[in-house]
Amino acid sequence: MLTARLRRAWVVLGLTLWLSFSGTGQAEERFIILQSTTSTQNSGLFDAILPRFQTKTGIEVRVVAVGTGQALKNARNGDGDVLLVHAKPEEEAFVAEGWGVKRYDVMSNDFVIIGPANDPADIAGLPRAGAALRKISQTQAAFVSRGDESGTHKKERALWKVAAVDPLETGATWYREAGAGMGATLNTAVGMRAYTLTDRGTWLSFRNKGDYTILVEGDSQLFNQYGAILVNPAKHPHVKAGLGQQFIDWLVGPEGQSLIAGYAIAGQPLFFPNAPGGE
Amino acid sequence: MQDFGQAFALALQLIVSADPALSEIIFLSLSVSLSAVAIASVIGLGIGATVGIVRFPGRGALIVFLNALMGLPPVVVGLLVYMALSHAGPLGWLHLLYTPTAMIIAQTVLVTPIIASLSRQVIEDFHSEYREQFVSLGVPLKTAVAALVWDARYSLLTVALAGLGRAVAEVGAVIIVGGNIKHVTRVMTTAIALETSKGDLALALALGLILILIALSVNATVSLLRLSASSRAYV
Repeated sequence: MLTARLRRAWVVLGLTLWLSFSGTGQAEERFIILQSTTSTQNSGLFDAILPRFQTKTGIEVRVVAVGTGQALKNARNGDGDVLLVHAKPEEEAFVAEGWGVKRYDVMSNDFVIIGPANDPADIAGLPRAGAALRKISQTQAAFVSRGDESGTHKKERALWKVAAVDPLETGATWYREAGAGMGATLNTAVGMRAYTLTDRGTWLSFRNKGDYTILVEGDSQLFNQYGAILVNPAKHPHVKAGLGQQFIDWLVGPEGQSLIAGYAIAGQPLFFPNAPGGE
Repeated sequence: MQDFGQAFALALQLIVSADPALSEIIFLSLSVSLSAVAIASVIGLGIGATVGIVRFPGRGALIVFLNALMGLPPVVVGLLVYMALSHAGPLGWLHLLYTPTAMIIAQTVLVTPIIASLSRQVIEDFHSEYREQFVSLGVPLKTAVAALVWDARYSLLTVALAGLGRAVAEVGAVIIVGGNIKHVTRVMTTAIALETSKGDLALALALGLILILIALSVNATVSLLRLSASSRAYV
């Protein structure tokens, strides 16, 4: 009896394995992996536009949302077909080193500095992000950094350079690296009553704002450009170049661009399409 | 915080309406974790029974090692499995990254030491009780192992439950190797992490409550099974 039971257990186990393997093989040809960023996922953009692409082409876009740094690293390892990220210098390097075929401008939005309503560093309305950061460092008001090599983190470090402040060198306790995605960092900042830098899209869709508001915006330094890149099939032969290029063409074409333009929360658009070929 | 009340209401609403997106996530969570526990049980029980019964040099050290592995950080396991399954890694040709199978592999690695370690203890205890009988009756090793596993089955079921608890609750490993892809590799814990990062704390907590509910019902089912079996045994 016991051996019969054991045999049955093996059969069940074998079936489980077989099912789980075969389940992954079925749609092998009709999906692509998109390595993208937490800011785009947390903003809800993908949920709004990707179903339209899938209905039209039958191609499923599987989004892996990590920081831009990790997305580029994963793509270098061949673990993705298309990138949609926001750190232009790194993206250009990625293409120049042969990992990507070509970089396309897709859309933009802007970064904003958010903080608590009582604004301890008194930065509300300052026109320059660098000046605002300098004031935060002077008053030693708490600031939460992404600290994860994401596009937002790279932008934040560039802004500290503009402010001529090195928050890491001062050994300051007011500068806190969360090492987390955009949404998680916003939760941390709100919880600590700290300032932080965020892209406008994630901020508009964020639901745990408390009494936080946008304090600094509109500086041209705060511009945030997103780019799409097809991972180079010459480096990674398994990359689904045809499907990936089809997705990029759609994204920068009239339909993708108008869907991006139409995605709004409470009447406010989150992204502004700016592909040269689009509308 | 009003989020608490809101979360309970939302959890109830999600369950009552049998939300299809939620059912999909729950189904994937359970099938990934149950598969991992099934595989880990076979491997872990084999290791546990061997180490529990057979005496060999270095056995003490192996037990310490197995016990230590129970504390494997999920995120490290996730990273190791990612590096193995990545297209640049040794198993890249299998194309398993960002699939449920990758998540099963990661959770199997996490759960196997727990089942091996705990079942080793259970079987060793039973064995010290039975040893003299086995010796005096001249029971062969294979039969002895089968008898021990069978007699310890309810304790071993609890061991499997401990493994399932670990598997279903971890987020660190599955988010790296699964990628939290909607409709493909999104499970309860990664969905909770995502909703938290969107700042939708009420929805995140509602999902958490449902996860607790699932854990409760699995454990209750096993307890009932055990109760009915033991009552039958003593009629």
